Amino acid sequence: MTSICSFEDFYMDWQGQSLAEKLMQIMLLGFAVIAFGTGYLTASFQTMILIYAVGVVLTTLVTVPNWPVFNRHPLKWLDPSEVEKHPKPQPSSNVNSKKKPIKK
Amino acid sequence: MHSFGYRANALLTFSLTILAFMCAIASLSDSLNSPSPSAQVQVLNINWFQKQPNGNDEVSMTLNISADLQSLFTWNTKQVFVYLAAEYDTPKNSLNQISLWDGIIPSKEHAKFLIHTSNKYRFIDQGTNLRGKEFNLTLHWHVMPKTGKMLADKIVMPGYRLPVEYR
Repeated sequence: MTSICSFEDFYMDWQGQSLAEKLMQIMLLGFAVIAFGTGYLTASFQTMILIYAVGVVLTTLVTVPNWPVFNRHPLKWLDPSEVEKHPKPQPSSNVNSKKKPIKK
Repeated sequence: MHSFGYRANALLTFSLTILAFMCAIASLSDSLNSPSPSAQVQVLNINWFQKQPNGNDEVSMTLNISADLQSLFTWNTKQVFVYLAAEYDTPKNSLNQISLWDGIIPSKEHAKFLIHTSNKYRFIDQGTNLRGKEFNLTLHWHVMPKTGKMLADKIVMPGYRLPVEYR
């Protein structure tokens, strides 16, 4: 059976997600500061917008796809063979009876 | 930041919010600029001065308009719209403003100019009050920014007078 390997097959673990989020915020803010500073000093509004646009594209490429670097502490999901050894708890009969006793 | 779509959405929203803040700060940086414009207008010649068939006075004149508006331009200025208006009062209207000429200045290099022209728009009164009339020539301008609020200002030049008789 052949399968095409796509980004959907890669995951991020919890630590990878938090890293990706922090990285995104820092990169965007950093590029914004650099863009504004450069634009103001060269008195060119276009420079500011251009640098910021490049920054947004770069940040997207780094933080949005599921790069393997964000999966260094992968989650250990339970093996399917273990499932039978630990059956799901059944709901008890007391929970179902919600009628209050009639008081005279 | 759970999935691809979630992260893409979060990035898009955050980047646009930051862009809005950058534009707001850029607009506020304009208040650091203290402009010092200057202007002068010479009425070279009154070409003709007639009473129209509908009863209103009309005058045509040739003007030399010179101004230095370079200090109005900042990094956040897209263009400056400038127009020259004649202002006077009559018994009927306390203030009449007639626009005689206008232009768009696209950049700082074009902001220092001397224009030799007849009035671009007709100088017509509501009535026959123009003989011997004293009027001000006021140069108005609107600074249009790339982001932010447009601001308008003017220079008033008093002391012009129209001829006493029709020509």
